[in-house]
Amino acid sequence: MWLGLVVVLPLTALVLRPWEVGLSGIWSTLTEDRVLAALRLSFGVSLLAALTNIPLGLMTAWTLTRYEFPGRRVIDALVDLPFALPTAVAGIALTAIYGPTGVLGEPLAKLGIKAAYNPIGIYIALLFIGLPFVVRTVQPVLQDLDREVEEAAQTLGATNLQRFRLVVLPAVLPALVSGFSLAFARAVGEYGSVIFIAGNMPLKSEIAPLLIVIKLEQYDYAGAATVGLAMLLISFGALLAVNGLQLVLARRGRA
Amino acid sequence: MTLLRQGFAGRGPLVRLPGLAPLFLALTLLVLGVLIVLPLGVVFHQAFARGLEAYLEPLKQPDALAAIRLTLVVAAISVPLNAVFGVAAAWAVARFEFRGKSLLVTFIDLPFSMSPVVSGLVWVLLFGAQGWFGPWLQDHGVKIIFATTGLVLATTLVTLPFVARELIPLMQDQGADEEAAALTLGAGGWTTFFRVTLPNIKWALLYGVLLCNARAMGEFGAVSVVSGSVRGLTTTLPLHVEVLYNDYEFVGAFAAASILAGLGLLTLVLKTVLEWRHSGELSASRRH
Repeated sequence: MWLGLVVVLPLTALVLRPWEVGLSGIWSTLTEDRVLAALRLSFGVSLLAALTNIPLGLMTAWTLTRYEFPGRRVIDALVDLPFALPTAVAGIALTAIYGPTGVLGEPLAKLGIKAAYNPIGIYIALLFIGLPFVVRTVQPVLQDLDREVEEAAQTLGATNLQRFRLVVLPAVLPALVSGFSLAFARAVGEYGSVIFIAGNMPLKSEIAPLLIVIKLEQYDYAGAATVGLAMLLISFGALLAVNGLQLVLARRGRA
Repeated sequence: MTLLRQGFAGRGPLVRLPGLAPLFLALTLLVLGVLIVLPLGVVFHQAFARGLEAYLEPLKQPDALAAIRLTLVVAAISVPLNAVFGVAAAWAVARFEFRGKSLLVTFIDLPFSMSPVVSGLVWVLLFGAQGWFGPWLQDHGVKIIFATTGLVLATTLVTLPFVARELIPLMQDQGADEEAAALTLGAGGWTTFFRVTLPNIKWALLYGVLLCNARAMGEFGAVSVVSGSVRGLTTTLPLHVEVLYNDYEFVGAFAAASILAGLGLLTLVLKTVLEWRHSGELSASRRH
């Protein structure tokens, strides 16, 4: 009942509202240059950031589970900071760091790299927001990995690297994939940590969620709902594809 | 926790890539340092850039105080709502078989995979000036969008999954045996709930409420859509940060942000303590 009121009813509105302007209205919204550019940017940069988070997250999870070093627990806890830090706070902090006068922004600018107010800035924000997803899905798998399998591999003469590539990696692969998809889904919808650093130039660094806000401010409810629905459907399709990949991996793992 | 110890205790054949240990450690620290710790440091550095006076000044402004108050009010309404919902939903999912159960679970998880902006948008589509119920509400003088009610609705939708997701796997693991025993011994439904069920799930419930609260107080995207950002009236603390930042009042923006960052750190500490002390009573996924 509560779920119906809080989730289902609003979603019905999201699904039905775009049709008020008819199919042609939906089509003309979706083919606006600005909408296309925003969708491409949102999904493209999110994909790139989530892909980068795979090696970063795997390495972090690896270090946290396999090595003992002072302060490990504190660092382990800090991994969750992007979950706990409100997105607007992260947004202005990242902008201060990577802006033209920031700690990292200034040296980068000297190298000719404009980080903030640019798609690179969006990419950095999405790296920040996505990293814990990969670490937290991979970490338990690395911990619970059957040591006997690794022992057996060693007894059979496998080198360290072979054991990593042939024993450990296949075991964590499904977790890596689901960590990736969580990071990707979060990145696509991310708003607070991105809009400050993005610069929000139409066609260049304007993300899809921001376009929804802009359309709402222009009282273009149907247009806003169309973009929202399109985002939801594309994410949904991407997640279905990832789930399919998961199934294939699981089947191969068992065979 | 025990699992973790085993991982280290065996000095033997676990793949460690020993030669790479210093490299991996250094790289990990670098990534986490630059990506995660640096932003946190910058918030406090910027907030105190002009000294304590300049830090406290913007926090004493009536608008800032109003934003803090509003944030607390919104969280105080939506967190208990979602706690009650979470317990009820987890109970239903873990204890009963019914058609459409997996659909129910999907809908509970849905807000996690939606953009927060969309979570705000849906309420505007319903209750905004041109929303389905907008004209009717206007005739009756009820304001939802650009008012506290809208903020509560948006926050509630965004934070809906936290408690339920924490409790569902735990209650499924625990099974209904103890409750069945209590009922057999003649305890009533409510007695069983308060004496058996609730004590069994209390730490996981607290964990869920903690995360739910952190998100509720820090939510930005969803509330920014329904708020209209009227300074001192409909700005929660994260929105207040944005308003100040866009007005180039950087010290003020970072001062307000530092409160939120402090809240985030506190949440992290409490969460970690819960994971260490009560890992057995949290759902399996949290035992690390």
